[in-house]
Amino acid sequence: MKSLKTLVTALTLSATVMAQAADNVKVGFVYVGPTGDAGWTYSHDEARKYVVDQLGDKVETSYVESVAEGADAERVIRNLAAKGHDLIFTTSFGYMNPTLKVAKRFPNVKFEHATGYKQSKNVGTYMARAYQARYLTGLVAGKMTKSNVIGYVASFPIPEVIRGINAFTKGVREVNPDATVKVVWVSTWYDPAKEREAAETLILQKADVLTQHTDSAAVIQTAEAKGIYAIGYHSDMSAYGSTAHLTSAVHDWRPIYLAKTKAVLNDTWTKEDIWYGIKEGVTDIAPLNDAIPADVKAMVLAKKAALKAGTIRVFDGPIKDQSGVEKVAKGASLSDGDLKGFGWYVEGVDGKLPKS
Amino acid sequence: MDIDLITNILYATVRTGTPLILVALGEMVCEKSGVLNLGQEGMLLMGAVVGFMAAVTTGSLFVAVLLAIVAGILMSLLFGFLSITLVSNQVATGLALTIFGAGLSAFLGSSYVGVGITGIEPMSIPFLSEIPIIGKIFFQQDPLVYLSFILFGVVFWIFKSSRIGLQIRAVGENPEAANAMGINVHKVRYMAVIFGGAMTGLAGGYLSLAYTPLWAEGMSAGRGWIALALVVFASWKAERIMLGAYLFGAASIMHLVMQGLGFEVAPNLLAMLPYVATIAVLVLLSSNHMKTKLSAPMSLGTPYRPQV
Repeated sequence: MKSLKTLVTALTLSATVMAQAADNVKVGFVYVGPTGDAGWTYSHDEARKYVVDQLGDKVETSYVESVAEGADAERVIRNLAAKGHDLIFTTSFGYMNPTLKVAKRFPNVKFEHATGYKQSKNVGTYMARAYQARYLTGLVAGKMTKSNVIGYVASFPIPEVIRGINAFTKGVREVNPDATVKVVWVSTWYDPAKEREAAETLILQKADVLTQHTDSAAVIQTAEAKGIYAIGYHSDMSAYGSTAHLTSAVHDWRPIYLAKTKAVLNDTWTKEDIWYGIKEGVTDIAPLNDAIPADVKAMVLAKKAALKAGTIRVFDGPIKDQSGVEKVAKGASLSDGDLKGFGWYVEGVDGKLPKS
Repeated sequence: MDIDLITNILYATVRTGTPLILVALGEMVCEKSGVLNLGQEGMLLMGAVVGFMAAVTTGSLFVAVLLAIVAGILMSLLFGFLSITLVSNQVATGLALTIFGAGLSAFLGSSYVGVGITGIEPMSIPFLSEIPIIGKIFFQQDPLVYLSFILFGVVFWIFKSSRIGLQIRAVGENPEAANAMGINVHKVRYMAVIFGGAMTGLAGGYLSLAYTPLWAEGMSAGRGWIALALVVFASWKAERIMLGAYLFGAASIMHLVMQGLGFEVAPNLLAMLPYVATIAVLVLLSSNHMKTKLSAPMSLGTPYRPQV
């Protein structure tokens, strides 16, 4: 009798599942690095796990990690689409054209491409205003430096990275007009040993606060070993140097991933060009180290609140470039279009911007 | 450039070259015996992850280094079993070992990402470290760097004037002849492969315990492949491997330092410098075609099947 009841329940259950097939979405993720990099890919995978936690069995996710940008990416994305995924997040700039190409052949699958600028009928884009957090961390760095030299380990001179350097420098100079930001390009997104050597080079040139736009925590660790300060990027990197780590500029993709998955569930998905920041909680700073004086902490948090409320913007004028020419007048501000194509350094960056 | 800066650059050079030296010396011994092991990158990652896990769990850096070496040896035994005992294709097996090592290390290390440890610290050698310039460059490094000097000496001596070196070479040149002379070809090849595994495991430990004391997936960032290329360009000579590795290190450091000094060269061009400089110098050194040909092991990559 009992087994019959179980059978009936099972049948009813499976029937329910069949009827609600539309209420279950398959979401695929394509990552450029390993999920264990503690950086960029890690922040995306955390958000994927969050979506699973929130939506339970309504969602089924799968991911492919360490997918090289280029021909291989197209194959991976096409594979995911062919396997019946309803929504696919492609999380690196270089996946832009492969994503668009595959999207054309799978008009019923929705695609979301991170950091790109091309959309189509079923391809939306999303990005984080990480520069807002960069600006806040710049305020901290400007206050904490004693040598007035701040080191910045950077990957490649593309607008996204340059925007971060400029926002950071703007924060630094706002609280400390004598400080300069020295940039070293390592020409890689991920190579812990090389990032460390770049950090050492900057320390040799008197930098006493470091930050990085690369994917590992080696810079924080080097700062800890040398007894200076550092500011992390992508995720909270305090585990790598509890004394050195002042704060980190972090991404939190959870709001975007949850909203987009829900939109596909409810059949309300539309293609958008999302650029969320502090206000939406997609960009933030990690908890501030106690080495930072209370008044500085209060100032940083007040600026964060102002960014959130929209009363200030990071690139409000007056802004001068390196040669001292005023690029943005007082009362004006850079548009989103300007920000997406940043190709010059603001005043306070030491060194010449290389041609990318 | 002042002398302090140059000293600092050279100091960093030695550190940068060390993992390449360890991997390349091990692979050189392996290749001299006629076995081409393309699994260096995978073994390097396994050494790194096992060493790091051991450091976190046991708290002893010494144990951690030993276990990194053991991890490298186990990986090389797997390679040896497949390519020597089962006579599989060395190239395919080596590539499989790299993929396997990368995947397994990521799997093992997944819960160790974000864990911080105190790594192996530099240790000055008394007296030697006080020599001006040279002392700072070579004798204020960490113990694993000193170990690399010693291991260089050992490998150099093996091929310069030891019986075992002759046996390895005989096996690598002509295994049939070596067999006829009474050398156990499989035994010598196994030993060479295991030595290579130990060296690469040690290099992995150097990365995750001394150079950047952390574990992150794929942290070797292609150093295994660079070391493999180095062996060929150094035409299987230990002293040239040493030279090439330091040259590569120096050029990598220069790429960073020159930017700080305000040289207006595109960093992408500077990033090529290590590869270009190393290849150029080693190719010039081995420009004598006949000599180079002689130093390449004749039966490199060819499995040996004992005649029944």
